[in-house]
Amino acid sequence: MLRYIIRRLLQGVLTFFGATFVVYALMFANQNDPLQALAGERPISESVRQALTERYHLNEPFIVQYGYYMQGIFQGDFGTSLTNRPISELLESAWPNTARLALMAVIFAALIGIVAGVVAGIRRASIFDHTTLIITLVLISIPIVVLAPLMQLFFGVELRWFPATAGANPTFYALMLPAMVLGAGSLATYSRLTRTSVVENLRADYVRTAKAKGLTRNRVIGVHVLRNSLIPVITYIGVDLGGLMAGAIVTEGVFNIPGVGSQLFRGITTEDGPLVVGFVSILVIIFILANLIVDLLYAVLDPRIRYE
Amino acid sequence: MRGKTAIKISAGLAATALLVTACGGGGDDEAGASNAVVSIEVAEPQYLLPSNTNETSGSQVLAALFTPLVDYDADNKPVEVAAESINTTDNVTWTIKLKDGYTFHNGEKVTADSYINAWNYGSYGPNGQNNSYFWEKIEGWADMQSEDPDGEEGPQKAPEPKAKTLTGLAKVDDLTFTVKLSAAFSEFKTMLGYTAFYPLPAAAFASEGVVKEDFQEAIIGNGPFKMKGTWQHDSQIEVEQYAEYPGEKPKVQGVIFKIYQALPAAYADLAADNLDVLKQIPTENISSAEADLGDRFKKSAASTFQFVAFPTYQQEFSKPEVRRAISQAINRDEIITSVFKGSQTAARSFVSPVVAGYREDTCGQYCVFDAAKAKSEYDAAGGPKQITITYNGDGGHKDWVDATCNQLKTNLGIECTGVAEPKFADLLTKLDDKQPIGMFRMGWVMDYPSMENYLGPIYTTDGSSNYYGYSNKQFDALYKEGVSAATPEEAIAKYQAAEDLLVQDMPVIPLRFGQNNFGHSTKVKNVEMDLFNRVNLIKIEAA
Repeated sequence: MLRYIIRRLLQGVLTFFGATFVVYALMFANQNDPLQALAGERPISESVRQALTERYHLNEPFIVQYGYYMQGIFQGDFGTSLTNRPISELLESAWPNTARLALMAVIFAALIGIVAGVVAGIRRASIFDHTTLIITLVLISIPIVVLAPLMQLFFGVELRWFPATAGANPTFYALMLPAMVLGAGSLATYSRLTRTSVVENLRADYVRTAKAKGLTRNRVIGVHVLRNSLIPVITYIGVDLGGLMAGAIVTEGVFNIPGVGSQLFRGITTEDGPLVVGFVSILVIIFILANLIVDLLYAVLDPRIRYE
Repeated sequence: MRGKTAIKISAGLAATALLVTACGGGGDDEAGASNAVVSIEVAEPQYLLPSNTNETSGSQVLAALFTPLVDYDADNKPVEVAAESINTTDNVTWTIKLKDGYTFHNGEKVTADSYINAWNYGSYGPNGQNNSYFWEKIEGWADMQSEDPDGEEGPQKAPEPKAKTLTGLAKVDDLTFTVKLSAAFSEFKTMLGYTAFYPLPAAAFASEGVVKEDFQEAIIGNGPFKMKGTWQHDSQIEVEQYAEYPGEKPKVQGVIFKIYQALPAAYADLAADNLDVLKQIPTENISSAEADLGDRFKKSAASTFQFVAFPTYQQEFSKPEVRRAISQAINRDEIITSVFKGSQTAARSFVSPVVAGYREDTCGQYCVFDAAKAKSEYDAAGGPKQITITYNGDGGHKDWVDATCNQLKTNLGIECTGVAEPKFADLLTKLDDKQPIGMFRMGWVMDYPSMENYLGPIYTTDGSSNYYGYSNKQFDALYKEGVSAATPEEAIAKYQAAEDLLVQDMPVIPLRFGQNNFGHSTKVKNVEMDLFNRVNLIKIEAA
């Protein structure tokens, strides 16, 4: 088990370097004239160009720039954005917001999605099953760019049940609406996955055996069926968590939450290589860890799985 | 109450002795000032330093914290505010006398040195300040810049510039200084209202000519409001009334500049009454704004000017008849209604309505839509059968460019396609290389409200934004006469004569003028926007 974890972490280190290198290279290739991108359409003056080019090493070749960047990372310095703000400061202010939002979204989606999926699976072809099918289909098919402003207009502006925007230091309450919006798509997927899995497992031999042994229905479903049915769902949640953090650009924009999504978006539009790579590095780490935890959870859910 | 907060803030700012004495004056409440705090939408400013801030969000915040030397009256002419008088006899040497009694928020007196030091800092090339070019007309500016001997890509660094200060700035006494320009320039007084020309306190400098790194986090100005706490990045910037302010007092106690990542979010907050002023209603909400906000949805003229230009190196556009016919074939009003939902206005002049000397419809018949006439003139002049309009794909220009092309197709019977370049910079590169990119879109936002600021950069032969190579000797001469004219009235007469030449040559087709489409909540009234897209913070009041 320990050897497995160490091996996975070592693989993670390689993945980390590979990913940052690729992202840095892509940003560099896409980089046309970051100083001009920052200035907008007004031509940038010669003195500004000179001063900033020196400060950000923009005239150096790619590998030298990457070297400066990596050198900084090892000293715990993520560099500065093109507007001269320390990127570590940006990371510090952006990550907590996004992490809270994504966690709330996952918990919300998992709670409702799994319960709905289990119930629908047990009562297959009932009215509940059909209703959840329709609702989840609707949720999956509405893109978030439509859903987010719609929910904001309805619950935030018209009914005023929730604040219309969350802001930089959001309360739990203010994050609820954005979390529900962000989790809506995942909720639908979780419940579909759970349902299919439950339906399949209900017909499995071990369930028949358990029933024949005279176990109560609650125990059969709660322990035997649910545990086995959760494996695909947990796998999906692990991948999804990273996706929710990286993909909250729309939700963060609509509800004005200054998080990872909005910083990444700004970094990409202003061709700010170090800024983008800084955020992506943390994302890569999160993906690596989330997937490791998911793999370890398999063993908890299914004792037959062993790690060597 | 106020004294208490002042002490708290000064402690946080690593206060000087001066700062502590400033607290003594607090406490007495002036009659009539309300306790209201209003919130105004801004985007995250790039920088908060007068010499480096050149976008509207930053300059909105700085407008609260600083008082300019001049502001503009109803006719967009400069009037003294922090300055007692600004005089010149020859348009070369300008004497600026400051009003007595102005202090910075740390108690420091505003003196001639506050301006001289700030301007020197902004001009010095290696400081890389965005607004550096505003001082370019002052004597000695060129010596403060340096050129990289082997170009930017080369390994060598630029040498240190010859001078560290502007030779044209001279202190007469504590409240008077003179500015000597390198050539006569009649609009210098008009320029002084811009953000770049604010003064800086001695507390801003770490050593001579070096501004403290973190000065912009809790900036100290000479304006009606002072910072409350520091700049909370991506969140908000809060300011409160400065008790010692000698000028016209604002009617609100404080302002919170709420930072938004995207305008639609701000609009939702405005509709839910959580935000008091939204300076720019997003285009997608314009059509519903009337219903959502009623008479709290307002419009005013803005300085932006949108046009399409013809690269002069392309033979097919060399005849003015062709250019004029294309202009006549465009139905500006239809595009404004269908694409922009009335958020901009049709342009039929070559300078914006926000400058003194603007006349309506200087473009005359050539900007009036007339499909039949356009077609016959176009055919007679032998205009090209195929044209393109190039635009930058990241600016939301696709819709109107396509609409314009469709009109040209129908009205002139030619092929027209819109071509997107990823960024504006790509478009400029192609222009530099003289590639046949056809017509292309351009936009202009003024730096200071003067006809000169449109005519000079966009239409003169060596204008900084004349990418299309338009050159008319007569125009250049009239422009130069205007720039060195003895009085503003004389200058305007020359500028107007120059503008009339543009009508004949039609180097660009004026399309649209910008408009401030702003809205406010039920909690405020008297919301007005100035020429620089900023909310007037002296006039705004709690409802």
